[in-house]
Amino acid sequence: MSEQNASWKEYIKESMLPQMWCSGCGNGIVLGALARAMAKLNLEKNKVVVVTGIGCWGKADDYFTCSALHGTHGRALAFATGVKAANPELDVIVLMGDGDGVTIGGNHLIHAARRNIDLTVVLLNNNNYGMTGGQASALTPLGMVTSTTKYGNPERDLDICSLVDAAGANYVARGTVYHVPQLDKLISDGINKKGFSFIEALSPCPTHFGRRNKLGDAVKMVKTLKENAVNVNSSQAQEGDLKEGSFLIGKLAERYDDDFNTAYEKIRQKIKTK
Amino acid sequence: MNGQESSKVFMQGNAAIAEGAVAAGARFYAGYPITPSSEVAELASQKMLETGGVYVQMEDELGSIAAVIGAALTGKKAFTATSGPGFSLMQENLGVAILGEVPCVVVNVQRSGPSTGLATKPAQADVMQACWGRHGDQLVIVLTPASVQECFDLTVTAFNLSEQFRVPVILLADEIVGHMREAITLPRPEELKVVNRKKPDCAAEKYLPFSPSSDGVPPLASFGSDYIFHITSSMHGESGYSQNDPANAGEKIKRLFSKIEDRLDEFVLYKHYYDLQEDLDLLIITFGCTTRPARAAAMRVGDKKIGVLQLITMWPFPDKIVAQAAAKTRAILVPELNLGQVIREVERVAGKQTPVYGLHKSNGEGFKPSEIIARIEEVTK
Ligand SMILES: Cc1ncc(C[n+]2csc(CCOP(=O)(O)OP(=O)(O)O)c2C)c(N)n1
Ligand code: SF4
Repeated sequence: MSEQNASWKEYIKESMLPQMWCSGCGNGIVLGALARAMAKLNLEKNKVVVVTGIGCWGKADDYFTCSALHGTHGRALAFATGVKAANPELDVIVLMGDGDGVTIGGNHLIHAARRNIDLTVVLLNNNNYGMTGGQASALTPLGMVTSTTKYGNPERDLDICSLVDAAGANYVARGTVYHVPQLDKLISDGINKKGFSFIEALSPCPTHFGRRNKLGDAVKMVKTLKENAVNVNSSQAQEGDLKEGSFLIGKLAERYDDDFNTAYEKIRQKIKTK
Repeated sequence: MNGQESSKVFMQGNAAIAEGAVAAGARFYAGYPITPSSEVAELASQKMLETGGVYVQMEDELGSIAAVIGAALTGKKAFTATSGPGFSLMQENLGVAILGEVPCVVVNVQRSGPSTGLATKPAQADVMQACWGRHGDQLVIVLTPASVQECFDLTVTAFNLSEQFRVPVILLADEIVGHMREAITLPRPEELKVVNRKKPDCAAEKYLPFSPSSDGVPPLASFGSDYIFHITSSMHGESGYSQNDPANAGEKIKRLFSKIEDRLDEFVLYKHYYDLQEDLDLLIITFGCTTRPARAAAMRVGDKKIGVLQLITMWPFPDKIVAQAAAKTRAILVPELNLGQVIREVERVAGKQTPVYGLHKSNGEGFKPSEIIARIEEVTK
């Protein structure tokens, strides 16, 4: 990392703008956060591969000036595992929606975390499937209305950060599109961290989730994120008295275990010295 | 491979596949174990460590083929091995490799089905799955080995064709061939023809990952090189970015076919165990594990002229060679361990002028020569 930071604009493909997302969608804010994180770290563009799944957020690779692999719904982490395992020099950044990364892709998520492969995941959680018309996902809270749960969701949602932590990821964090400077930092720390890094970014989908649940416009939805977020370092968080609907933001877990490639090379060294 | 000399070794079919892959330059394996293919994974796990490659045991076959594609895009030759149920799981992402033009090799050591069926028993019932398993208009290359030597040789060929055409190649083996053991010759490295993908040589900013060169196959850069490029499972233009207009889509799909079909003659592989000039009473068309019992049967029926044509390149289907052979025989017999998959292709090509008979078995057992002899007697009466 050099002293002179790059400009975030170098990482964004201007010819592809304006982006395709709805007005008020949080995706653009997370896109900006990721570009600023890349700039802060001065990432070499040809050593970065952005891997995406399918969904509104899965279209994000179109806007980056680095290499990209846009795979299939739910499988982004599996594609990314191949890229990183085969070439450890690359910074591999994986962008998945909550439907993509958790509902259909949950198995890959658990195992990528367990394998501790050195990827950085930015999971955009908008509580529903945006691209296909606002159906329920595994991160739609109990009772909420979606196009497939018109009378309320009978299923509970998952605390995905706890799950990824339990599976053994080296870095787990949650941010929101209201807390932008923090989100920038959570992402750049995640990229910097060796091993599996997971950042859940809470973001509004006013078009589907907001409208159906009468959560107000995008501004109102972002304000709600602000009001319900509790910084993990705050006294409230330390005392553990979170009120209903609140959630923790910040770095939630950190480990220093060997990542997959390091562990693999250690075994290779062992057979060489035999 | 051991040392500098070609060597005779006693080996299992699945082991020969793993050896062939290493010899072809494969340095990445991602997979999920399933009988009767697991020995390929077991050997690959060891060979990848020893040769500077990487082995990843993935959580399932959906992930295995995805990881293979990701690795292939970093410039590695990558492969996986599975059997029917796992092969079914790979179909969606094989589509990514086809549309994204990513070279890779998938080994399917067929077993009985449908579903878990007679778990590990032999069958040849994934032929149509291999050819047509994915959604959308698409084309892959399918090769079928019939011996342990062919397991080695055709694995090398599979990598070569996948690199040459930027297409996934399926090595469609079967339980009998995969688990058979026999002596084979491992060539010396310098005797081996190894093909590597064409890399771009233009200025980095000029590179278009899907702009065909004169032979219809675009050069492929590697992630991490000077070339920055996008690969997508969505319809795309030459730049690799999504492009949805009908003209582009039509052209792209057509090119994916013609880059292979136009050059099929270069890689139609088959073996004939008779004199091609001779007029026959009966031609037996075989592939994989039906070849040996068919040859034994043909030799034992002494009073008729019987030929055995073994198909190796199974897809795109070798119409020309089958039509030529059909013109010189009074009848054709297609024995296969399924209820009728390859016979339909043979009928399509030859059925109008030559009677085509089948011998089909789908009970988890291979053919005995005597069963084929009995059918020969019936159809040549
Ligand atoms: C195998 C498969 N099943 C279903 C789909 C259809 N599909 C496309 S995007 C999507 C959901 C996307 O939701 P999410 O991941 O939450 O992303 P968002 O659009 O909200 O950003 C679905 C179900 C698909 N493309 N592939
Ligand atoms: S549908 Fe929702 S997630 Fe998709 S672009 Fe619109 S607001 Fe964003």
